[in-house]
Amino acid sequence: MSHLSQAEINEQVKILFNQIFNRETPITKKEQLAIPPQMMPAQDEHIRSHNLEEVALGYSAEQARVEAMRCIQCAKPACISDCPVSINIPGFIKHIAENDFQSAIDVIKETSLLPSICGRVCPQETQCQLNCATGKFNKSVDKAVAIGRLERFVADWEREQGAITPPEVKPETGKKVAIVGSGPAGLVVAADVRREGHDVTIFEAFHKLGGVMRYGIPEFRLPNDIIDQEVLTLEKMGVKFKKNYVVGRTRKLLDLMKKDGFDSIFVGTGAGLPMFMGIEGENLVGVFSANEYLTRANLMKAYDETNSDTPFFHSKNVAVLGGGNVAMDSARMALRLGAENVYVVYRRTEVEMPARVEEVEHAKEEGVQFLFLQNAKSIKGNEKSRVVGMECLRYELGEPDSSGRRRPVVIENSEFMLDVDTVIVAIGNGSNPLVSQTTPELTVNKWGNLIVDDKMKTSIDGIYAGGDIVLGAATVILAMGEGRKAAAAINEYLLEER
Amino acid sequence: MAKILHKEQLSADVYLMRVHAPLIVEERKAGQFIILQTDEEFGERIPLTIADANEAEGSITLIFQVVGKTTTELSQFNVGDNLPVLVGPLGKPTHIENFGKVVCVGGGIGVAPLHPIAQALKAAGNEVTTIIGARNKDLIILEKEMEAIADKLIICTDDGSYGRKDLVTAPLKEICENEATKPNMVIAIGPPIMMKFCSLTTKPYGVFTQVSLNTIMVDGTGMCGGCRVNVGNQVKFVCVDGPEFDGHLVDFDNMMARLSSYKGLETEALHKCNIDREFEAKLEEKK
Repeated sequence: MSHLSQAEINEQVKILFNQIFNRETPITKKEQLAIPPQMMPAQDEHIRSHNLEEVALGYSAEQARVEAMRCIQCAKPACISDCPVSINIPGFIKHIAENDFQSAIDVIKETSLLPSICGRVCPQETQCQLNCATGKFNKSVDKAVAIGRLERFVADWEREQGAITPPEVKPETGKKVAIVGSGPAGLVVAADVRREGHDVTIFEAFHKLGGVMRYGIPEFRLPNDIIDQEVLTLEKMGVKFKKNYVVGRTRKLLDLMKKDGFDSIFVGTGAGLPMFMGIEGENLVGVFSANEYLTRANLMKAYDETNSDTPFFHSKNVAVLGGGNVAMDSARMALRLGAENVYVVYRRTEVEMPARVEEVEHAKEEGVQFLFLQNAKSIKGNEKSRVVGMECLRYELGEPDSSGRRRPVVIENSEFMLDVDTVIVAIGNGSNPLVSQTTPELTVNKWGNLIVDDKMKTSIDGIYAGGDIVLGAATVILAMGEGRKAAAAINEYLLEER
Repeated sequence: MAKILHKEQLSADVYLMRVHAPLIVEERKAGQFIILQTDEEFGERIPLTIADANEAEGSITLIFQVVGKTTTELSQFNVGDNLPVLVGPLGKPTHIENFGKVVCVGGGIGVAPLHPIAQALKAAGNEVTTIIGARNKDLIILEKEMEAIADKLIICTDDGSYGRKDLVTAPLKEICENEATKPNMVIAIGPPIMMKFCSLTTKPYGVFTQVSLNTIMVDGTGMCGGCRVNVGNQVKFVCVDGPEFDGHLVDFDNMMARLSSYKGLETEALHKCNIDREFEAKLEEKK
């Protein structure tokens, strides 16, 4: 990735913009395919690695229109079928090219409810941008139309206009729906169910709304203001919120129906159960789940040492275990909290890393060091049980495994020590067992995920589930996709019940 | 928001509050805890055991010692004020049955969470002996309440200003040694070092000993894993698997090390360590 400043990028795009939009003859497809991809302006890496401000700054209107012209409006757009919520992608992009941003956002909102969030955190390179014709023509997925950035652009444009119109709500039906968890799945269900005129209450265990988007994904990737905005829209629609309320403990799930008269429930409690490696030394002082590390920094605002009462662990050398987005978030947060050396330790190679390419690039630019084909064997502590090092093993890639990725094979006697005082374990989450443990009537699979039918209905009539509690740890957009399906089923169920 | 209905000072730095929380009253059972914050924006989340509940008033009773910033702030809340964050009941309830003879050991502020458990054990038909320990007479809390429940009450102070001049482990050992008084079960709640030595005291006699752990926590619902402890070489989360565990299986040394994770940063952890250090010094003295 290049390192042009925002001013330099703006200068460059002016020329292109004139060539494309101020011309005598209509632009040809060939010319469109030759337009260079528009770079995302970002905060300087040396500055941003010490602040919590958003890294990616967003396209300018000129950049967005130039990028939109790279879309050749395919007759059979692969991007739509590769999008978990089937956004009419060429449709909204066409409006951007035509300078009609309002129509663009309206098109997105026909199918997606949280565009400013998805534009930021969706793994576009494995979804809508994967089979983009422009990318295929230019022989690289990196050269696909930047659909996510365009989505973010119009969503931000609408927010900056200050006039987000909440979706219309049908007359009250008198039916009550409880939503357990205010993460991406829950918020989407709330909107879709409320639109049909049902009385919707969202229950959240924490004191802030947004679920993993609040406690997990850091401010520098998804600013809290954006989540607040989405919540505000729901409030305007008449959705009610009950915070500091742990369904399963404060009230049993079924009691929401029996005692509080809810007609239907959506369970979107997420994948909040951190996995550990099961290696020696994992309970030493200085070993954290990524969940704890990020929750302290994000939700509890530990980064703001002057104001926050929640402490964070002061580290010099940090090892992050794992290769997903959560590992990238943890590593980049550790830098921002003052660590001098941050290593991402991953047992496969960069190609197999599940993290978004952009996050990996950003992490590298900021100085995160990647140790591929290596993994932790044990964690060593001193007499005070504090981490003083991590014993690692080297790996090589062998035959492909069931996931199709080449299996990492340990190299015998390759042990070596990594000098670290902190280890963050980011190897995934199991599903949070609180609701299922206190609701024996719910059936779960061997990983603790709730079992649902093709309409997202659980083993109990009227109770639906979606997102990570069903999928295992996945992505915001997949959770939203499931939420939409569940909401449709809930609306149908309440209609039949009437 | 949870309104404070009643506040009283039990000793120099120990307070009792009754807080309006009707939903928690409905669900709570002995052994469970809540998490609170004194400030929604920047406050820390701290776990406190529910000491009692009043159904008529819809209130739970919290008893806390001022040890750090959050408990200091909490002590400055008055009747009529609202706690911005109060969530619960969390954790698994205590397993209550008629074991026969039980000994309930409470150290310092640990007497507060012990009280509803002793109450429930008594109600289940157990013969309850209670041992209360504190540094000095002023720090003994809930003596009357415990006396009302217990078939026998023993009080120990470190300085001998009240009751026996002993650590709680001394009468506990005597009770276990004597075949006539040997208990079927012991429950110990107090500073980690006290629970560790109570467990070590009962182990040679094969008396099942339950301890209630109070570790560092963030969410209290199993999401962060900050509260994890080694129990019988398995990793357990205090918030969802506990807070009560078999004291003979708990790795107290690791737990105490983890409690000091933010030593120097977090005065509360620092203070807990001071309590531990005093206890350790006392033990040394005894030897």
